[in-house]
Amino acid sequence: MSKYAFHRSRAEMLPERPAPLTSTGVIGWLRANLFSNWLSAVLTVASIAVLALVIPGLIEWAFIDATLTGELGKDCPSEGACWAWLDQRITQFFYGFYPPEAYWRVNICIALLVPALAYMLFDRLPYSRYGRWFSLAYPVIAAILLVGGLGLDVVRTDQFGGFMLNLIAGLVGIVLSLPIGIVLALGRRSRMPIVRMFSVGFIEFIRGVPLITLLFVAIILLPLFLPPQVTLDQLIRVMIIITVFASAYMAEVIRGGLQAIPQGQYEAGQAMGLGYWQSMRLIILPQALKISIPGIVNTFIGLFKDTTLVIIIGLFDILGQARLLQTNPDWLGKVDYETFLLAALFFFVICFGMSRYSLNLEKRLDTERR
Amino acid sequence: MSFKKIAGAIAVAGALVATGAVPGQAATLDDVKAAGTLKCGINTGLPGFAYTDDAGNWTGFDVAYCRALAAGVLGDANAISFVNLTGKTRFPALASGEIDVLSRNTTWTYSRDVDLGFTFIGVSYYDGQGFIGRTALGISSATELDGASVCIQTGTTTELNLADFFRVNGITYEPVPIETNAEARAAYEAERCDVYTTDASGLAATKTTFDDPSAHMVFPEIVSKEPLGPLVRQGDDQWADIARWTLNALITAEELGVTQANVAEMAAAAGDHPEINRMLGTEGSLGEMLGLDADWAARAIAAEGNYAEIFDRYIGPDSPLGLGRGLNALYTDGGILYSPPFR
Repeated sequence: MSKYAFHRSRAEMLPERPAPLTSTGVIGWLRANLFSNWLSAVLTVASIAVLALVIPGLIEWAFIDATLTGELGKDCPSEGACWAWLDQRITQFFYGFYPPEAYWRVNICIALLVPALAYMLFDRLPYSRYGRWFSLAYPVIAAILLVGGLGLDVVRTDQFGGFMLNLIAGLVGIVLSLPIGIVLALGRRSRMPIVRMFSVGFIEFIRGVPLITLLFVAIILLPLFLPPQVTLDQLIRVMIIITVFASAYMAEVIRGGLQAIPQGQYEAGQAMGLGYWQSMRLIILPQALKISIPGIVNTFIGLFKDTTLVIIIGLFDILGQARLLQTNPDWLGKVDYETFLLAALFFFVICFGMSRYSLNLEKRLDTERR
Repeated sequence: MSFKKIAGAIAVAGALVATGAVPGQAATLDDVKAAGTLKCGINTGLPGFAYTDDAGNWTGFDVAYCRALAAGVLGDANAISFVNLTGKTRFPALASGEIDVLSRNTTWTYSRDVDLGFTFIGVSYYDGQGFIGRTALGISSATELDGASVCIQTGTTTELNLADFFRVNGITYEPVPIETNAEARAAYEAERCDVYTTDASGLAATKTTFDDPSAHMVFPEIVSKEPLGPLVRQGDDQWADIARWTLNALITAEELGVTQANVAEMAAAAGDHPEINRMLGTEGSLGEMLGLDADWAARAIAAEGNYAEIFDRYIGPDSPLGLGRGLNALYTDGGILYSPPFR
C-alpha cells in the first residue's frame, strides 16, 4: 500500500490555470486602476471624453495640418500650426545671441555637464573617485568655456540667451541654493541669538518679497546707488538674486526636515560624544535631507521655471526668444502658440526629469520601510 | 530718535547717495567716445520698431535711429550695445546712466519731460490710440460703442485714454484686461471682446495678421496724441543737441532728397544746394559746433538712409506692417514732420 493511499488528493500537481480574465491582463489592469469603484469609473469615462475632444484636434493642428517649410509667416496657411520658422530660429531658441562660431563651446559645456551631474547624482559609476573631482571643477571649466578667456574670445553675458540661459541660471541657483539653504536652516534653529536673528530676518525678508521685485531692485536701484564706474554684470546680478531667493525657500524646506527628526537623534549624537557639526553631518542632516527630498526638488523645479523672469531685465531666455519671434513682422500673428509650445516642451523635459530623479532618489534612500 | 526722524535721515542719505551717484551731468559724448559704443535703450520686441532678424541682429524703426546716432558720433553704425527695456525699466535705466539714449516708442508727455528729468529730442513717429472692431458689428464710429467689451493692455496710458474717451462721450464699456499685445490679439480673434484698442500703428499691424482683414475695421476716431520719440537725460545739452540734430538730419535728408545711395557722392564735394552742403559738412562748420567732425550727418544718413527710407523699410506700406505715412509725412506732403533748418 502506497504511503499516500489514504490521501484522496492527487499524486501530482494540477496544471496551472491562468488567473481569471477579470484580474489579469488588460481587463484586470483596467479594473484595478481605472474602474475600481464607481467614482473612478465616472472619472475615467469623463477623462477619456475630454481627451477624445482635445487630442485629435491638437494632433491635427500640430502635425497633420502643420506647415513645416517656408521662409515667411505668410507661407503658413492659417489652419494648422506653423513650424516653418524652426529651421531658421531654433539656434536662437537654444543659444540666444551667442555668436554662432562659438556654439561649440556651449555644446562642449552641455556634453561635459552629463558626466559632471552623473558623478554627483549616482553612486557606483566607474572612476567615481576622479569623477567627483571633475564635478567640482566643472563650474570653473564651464565658466571659462562660456564667457571666454585663456585664449578663447570673450562673449559678453548679454549675448547669452535662449534655453541655455535658463539652464545656466537654473543650475547655478540649484547648486548654490542647497548649501546656503542648509546653513540658513541650521542658523534658524541655532541657539546663538545673532545667528538666529540674521537667519530669520534673511529668510522672512526674502520670502516676503516677490522675486520680480528683487530683480527690479538688483537691476534698477543698484546702479543708482553704486558709483558709475562700478558695474556688476547683469547676469551675475540675476544669478545672485535667483540663488538668494531659492535659498530662503530651501531653508524652510530643510527646516521642516530638521523638525521631523526626533529629539532622541540629537541626544544620541551628544551621547556618542559628537560635536555640533559632527552630529549634524553624520546623524541629523542625512535623515533630514532624505525627508526633505520632495520639497527640495519642488523648490528646484520652481526655481528653474522662475528663470524665465529674466525677460524683465532685458535678457532673452527661451520664453523671451519666443516673444521676440512673435514680434517679428515677418511672422506676426502666425507663431503665437507654436513658439510657446516649443518653450513649454523644453521646460517639461527638464522638470519631468528632475521629478523622476527625485522619485528614484527617494526609493534608493528609503531605508526605513524597505 | 523718533521714527519720523529716522525715516527722514534715511531719505536724505538716500537722496545724497542718489544725486552723487547719478551721472549725466558729465559729458555723455566723452563717455560714449571713451567706451567706443553707444548704449541704446530699445524695446524688448515690438513689430516693426524693434525686433530681431534671423541672424539675431536687432533691427527696426527705433533701432535705425540708434544706428544713425552711433554712425554720426562714433563713425560705426554697429558700435552699439543694445539694452532691452520694458515699459517699467526704461526710465530708471536712462536715469541711472545705464543707457545713453532711449529710443523705445516712448510717448512725449509733460510729466515725463518735466518731472522725470528727461529731455525729449523730437518726435520720430506721431501715433494715436484707436479702435479696431468687426465690420459685422454694424457701426462706423467708436462713439457708437456703448456697452461694448474692450480688450485693453493693462498698466498703459491706453487704459487711461480709454476711460477718458468713454467718459467724455457718456457711454459705458466693459474692459477685458490683457497682459501683452499678442494675447490681446488672440483674445480679440477669439471674440472675447468686441473691440480692441491700442496705438493706431499697432492696430494696422494687427489687422494685417487676421485671416480676413476686410472683416475688421479701424474706427476713424483717434482718442489720444502719442508723439513717440527718442529721449536723453536732462542736464547734458550738448548730448541732447547731438541726439536732436541726428533725428533732424534724417528728416531734412528726406526733404532735400539725400538718400543712403547718394549721400556719399553728395558729401564728397560741395554741390549747389547750400543747406545740403552745410548739413553734410562740405560748407560751414556745423559739425564742429556740435563737438563732432564735419561728416557726422553724412555718416548718420548713410547708416540706414533718410527718414523715408527707414520708414518704408520697417513700417511703411510695402513692409509687413503696411503703415501709411499719415501725420508722419513731411509738412510739404500733408504731414506734420518738420525739421528746423540746418543753418
